[in-house]
Amino acid sequence: MDKPSIAVHKFSSCDGCQLAFLNAGEDLLKLAGLVDIRHFLEAGVADEYARVDIAFVEGSVSTTDELTRIQRVRGCSRYLVTLGACATAGGLQALRNLDGSNTAWKHAVYAQPGFIHTLDQAEPVSAHVKVDFELWGCPVNGRQVLAAVQQLLFGVAPLEQRDKVCMECKRQHATCVMVTEGRPCLGPVTRTGCGALCPRFGRDCYACFGPAENPNTAALSRRLEGLGLAPADVARRFLFINSHAPAFNEAGRQHYRQGFSDD
Amino acid sequence: MDDNGFLPRQALQTLLDVLRRQGYRTIGPVVQDSVVQYRDIDATDQLPSGWTDDQAPGRYRLTHVDSPRCFAWATGAQALKPHLFHAREVLWSARRDDTGRLAFSEQEPDVRRLAVIGARACDLAALNLQDRHFLHTINDPYYAAKRQGLFVVAVHCAYPADTCFCASTGDGPRAKQGFDLALSELDDGFIVEIGSERGRAIAAQLPLLATTGEQVREATDAITEAANRQFRQLPSTHLRDTLFSRLQHPRWDDVAARCLACGNCTSVCPTCFCHAEHDDVELGGTASRHLREWDSCFSEGHGHLHGFNVRPNTHHRYRQWMTHKLGSWHDQYGRSGCVGCGRCITWCPVGIDITEEANAICAGDLPQEGSP
Repeated sequence: MDKPSIAVHKFSSCDGCQLAFLNAGEDLLKLAGLVDIRHFLEAGVADEYARVDIAFVEGSVSTTDELTRIQRVRGCSRYLVTLGACATAGGLQALRNLDGSNTAWKHAVYAQPGFIHTLDQAEPVSAHVKVDFELWGCPVNGRQVLAAVQQLLFGVAPLEQRDKVCMECKRQHATCVMVTEGRPCLGPVTRTGCGALCPRFGRDCYACFGPAENPNTAALSRRLEGLGLAPADVARRFLFINSHAPAFNEAGRQHYRQGFSDD
Repeated sequence: MDDNGFLPRQALQTLLDVLRRQGYRTIGPVVQDSVVQYRDIDATDQLPSGWTDDQAPGRYRLTHVDSPRCFAWATGAQALKPHLFHAREVLWSARRDDTGRLAFSEQEPDVRRLAVIGARACDLAALNLQDRHFLHTINDPYYAAKRQGLFVVAVHCAYPADTCFCASTGDGPRAKQGFDLALSELDDGFIVEIGSERGRAIAAQLPLLATTGEQVREATDAITEAANRQFRQLPSTHLRDTLFSRLQHPRWDDVAARCLACGNCTSVCPTCFCHAEHDDVELGGTASRHLREWDSCFSEGHGHLHGFNVRPNTHHRYRQWMTHKLGSWHDQYGRSGCVGCGRCITWCPVGIDITEEANAICAGDLPQEGSP
């Protein structure tokens, strides 16, 4: 039997999530023995529309060209897995969706805006094609990516991690930075998968893994305000990385409007 | 020798030395990451002398005062639970050889002997409850191995935090059971009480002096005062029938609107024992480790049954936690599952107070349907 084949595609993104593969070190060599890597530009393999078993997609859909390209990628892949915050939820570039000012920004930033074919909205891959599994994070966690690959190779649906970061913090015996230092941590509404990386280094979670299941953003917003954050700062916490994810979009917008109309 | 003696402060190191000579790994309270935590220690200067804790719902701060005392704080981030019921533990592993044959190997339990210095009455009451679960209900070999090698030096609590309510659950502040030795801390040293034959053997190697009536009185008064200073309390030590008659109480919705369902309360609770199991498979599929790790009734997975979830929202999850902890524990383990340590109050990011919620739900007559 042929080895399963994979492809890694890049859309609008910073390439950081593809680095999760490249940084896997020994595991990357092992992976190369287990699968046939058909397309992965950052690793020097190019065959964009090769038929593959698993296509990983990094980046959001934010240009007219990407609209057609994502359909072709879907068409030549058995499973499509999003890789990171941009592909899964629109990422940082989806900030331009908030106030519909794409055209204004384009003219403000570029000398020849006529060459820039951005869409009004930067959107997650799932807004355009069927996605089989989503890997969150900015960037993704390499261990989590490889675990998902392994489970797909076994022919089972990868285990989705939807618990809150707090659960992992406690398992890692990280001290709660909100309770001991009053830091505006978003761990209680953010999905785990990062291994509680930031709190383990004394930093508050900035929600790069997106909303956990059953996130109580209203209660956390009230707590953040109680810690002294102005409404606009509460909005920035929720809208930083995953502003297009519905739970964070809704929580952020409540304070975004409030914050700026109060000013 | 009598069942107590006085250990001068400068001789506390001898206790550590004696335990270590007997082959114990010694852990005690240290200040790390802005909180008191049980960590490996081999010298008394690692103890948190002069540190005291200020706790409130959702808030924990340490302050340093000019005092020689090492146990002038109430509770740290965790009780003894992480040392006996590990947050993440391998149960067994499997390997596939070149011919495709699977070989399973058992994880040997950790049998190293552990001595803990500084356990509180609430910690020991919780330890007793974890024993009832792990030793007498499910007979867990990993817990049993660690438990068998555990030597406990308790410290009677004289510094309750504002979040403490052990007096109302009947579990503190005096350590009544479960210790090998118990200390009362005075400025110039410790009254040492013997709680077991193992404790007696260790005490025999300490340079103990006779206690004076004045010393015993000071220590006893401090414990009485510690109980009197607590102002939080549960309505009763047996709330099963009251809670189960109020499953439709509007307060469950009220608390669910505030609760983050983040699992911090259950993770710091010294009696919560829920766990999930999963496999960590090596890339290539030739080796796998079967792990168990702390889970929580506030997590989604905890309520999954085949095809549906029995606790889809926070209303159900908070109610499950409280009615189990304060209610159905009586049927399972013969008493309430709460020992009054107050950790769930302090470490809740939004400061939800179990005593306040229980009092609201259990107070007065059953509210009529539709009442606020």
